[in-house]
Amino acid sequence: MILLFDPMSLITPDLGFTFWTFLAFVIFWIIAGKFAVKPIVSSIEARNQKIEDELLSAQKARLEFEALKSQNDDLLKEAREERHRLLVEAKQDADNFRSTELAKAKEDAARLLDQAKNEIENQKRAAISEVKKEVGAISISIAEKLVREKLTDNASQQSLVTKLVNESLSSN
Amino acid sequence: MISMINRLIFSFLFSVLFSFLACASETTSVPHIASDTAAKATEPVSSVDATHSKGFDPVGMIMHHIADANEFHILGHTTLPLPVIVYNKDKKEWFTCMSSAFHAHHGEGTVEVNGYKMENSRVHPTDGSHIIDFSITKNVFTMLMALTLLFIAFFSVRKAYATRENQAPSGFQSIMEPLIQFIAHDVARENIGKNYMKFTPFLVCVFFFILINNLIGLIPIFPGSANVSGNISFTLVLGTISFILINVFAKRDYWIHTFAMPGVPKALLLILTPIEILGLFIKPASLILRLFGNITGGHIAVMSIASVVFILGNVGKSVGGSMLGGAVAVPLLIFVNAMELFVAFLQAYVFTLLTSIFIGIAQEEHTHH
Repeated sequence: MILLFDPMSLITPDLGFTFWTFLAFVIFWIIAGKFAVKPIVSSIEARNQKIEDELLSAQKARLEFEALKSQNDDLLKEAREERHRLLVEAKQDADNFRSTELAKAKEDAARLLDQAKNEIENQKRAAISEVKKEVGAISISIAEKLVREKLTDNASQQSLVTKLVNESLSSN
Repeated sequence: MISMINRLIFSFLFSVLFSFLACASETTSVPHIASDTAAKATEPVSSVDATHSKGFDPVGMIMHHIADANEFHILGHTTLPLPVIVYNKDKKEWFTCMSSAFHAHHGEGTVEVNGYKMENSRVHPTDGSHIIDFSITKNVFTMLMALTLLFIAFFSVRKAYATRENQAPSGFQSIMEPLIQFIAHDVARENIGKNYMKFTPFLVCVFFFILINNLIGLIPIFPGSANVSGNISFTLVLGTISFILINVFAKRDYWIHTFAMPGVPKALLLILTPIEILGLFIKPASLILRLFGNITGGHIAVMSIASVVFILGNVGKSVGGSMLGGAVAVPLLIFVNAMELFVAFLQAYVFTLLTSIFIGIAQEEHTHH
């Protein structure tokens, strides 16, 4: 078989095409390299840096927020405890107050009762002494009357005394 | 679902089996099969050489596709004329015309213009004098188109970064950003270190320049299909620029390690230093040949598999053979093309990665001596 093409031509560089390739590539390298690749790579890097920075700051903010939150939680817990404590205290106070007040009231009542009893007793005593005084006075007046009247006989004396005693009793 | 997978596996195994058969039969049945259909299908070859116009020559067809051309064959008889710019070293004169000038106005064949003729889609002087072909060839045309696309892509993305500062990327920007960031950070910064911004524009540009030419080469129809990044001149230019960048900006330690590796006996240096000096050139050479071999190999694989249809089909004579060829070639083509899509990215990445590693080695500063 006759080969139409020399196989060596495949691996023999062609000066014309070498020239064009060199020209095309160098133009592309200089222009695109300087005005496209470099700016593109630097903007990719700037953006990557920015994303990284923002991720870091977001993480920092989250940590800060978490710290703040735990602080808040602590505060809340403390406040809750405080409230609980206050409530317990208040209840205790109220209980104490109630018991003391009750005791006081009871005491007062007892005191008042005692006073009343004493008063009653005093009044009773006063009344009795009054009665005694009255009886004495009556007895004296009866005795006076008796003395004034002429007492003749024993019977008449007796009836008189009875009459007078009855009079004084009924008048009283 | 499972039945679909089964069918896929079966069709894959079927394709592999028949591709072996096709390879086996290739050696016996390929040469000089005549058909008008084949003449149409292999137009670039047949229009060039009358003796081969009636046969199917897969090697010629593939080689023609792999090589550069002074015109861009689109479909059938339609060809995009390209400017021819030739410098004649012997006559010391320039010659320019459009490639269409070489085609006869009526009928087939080519004509001679000003002492130049069109042969295998390339311009040659008729008198055998030496020329340098600065023409806008198929490869140059494709590369300039790729360059335009790259400029549009890069500057639209650049604009997006200016207008959407510190915002999430959107649209096309979000396709380019991971790639650019990957090259700048995971390739350049990772391997070069603190100086990486000095080399990042080169690495990003070289990655995209290789990638877009690889991808355009994968498109089987007109604006694509040219084997730009699989051309040795292309990889030579990029490899040479890498070589210059690696060595021009190399630090003192790198040269010390190259010429007088510390801690190595003097006698051993007699062997080691030549190896290290060779290594300076082997590194870029490996870059050049790797890219060339991978991309050209991919193109050859795709074209070879496509040829199976014509070979098995007896170049159109046997309908059954064509159908069998199609059944074999189409799934394989899809598979190989998908693999080539991966290779397009992979080779662009490998070239960039290795360049950055070599630059990184040259930039390294040792503190221990």
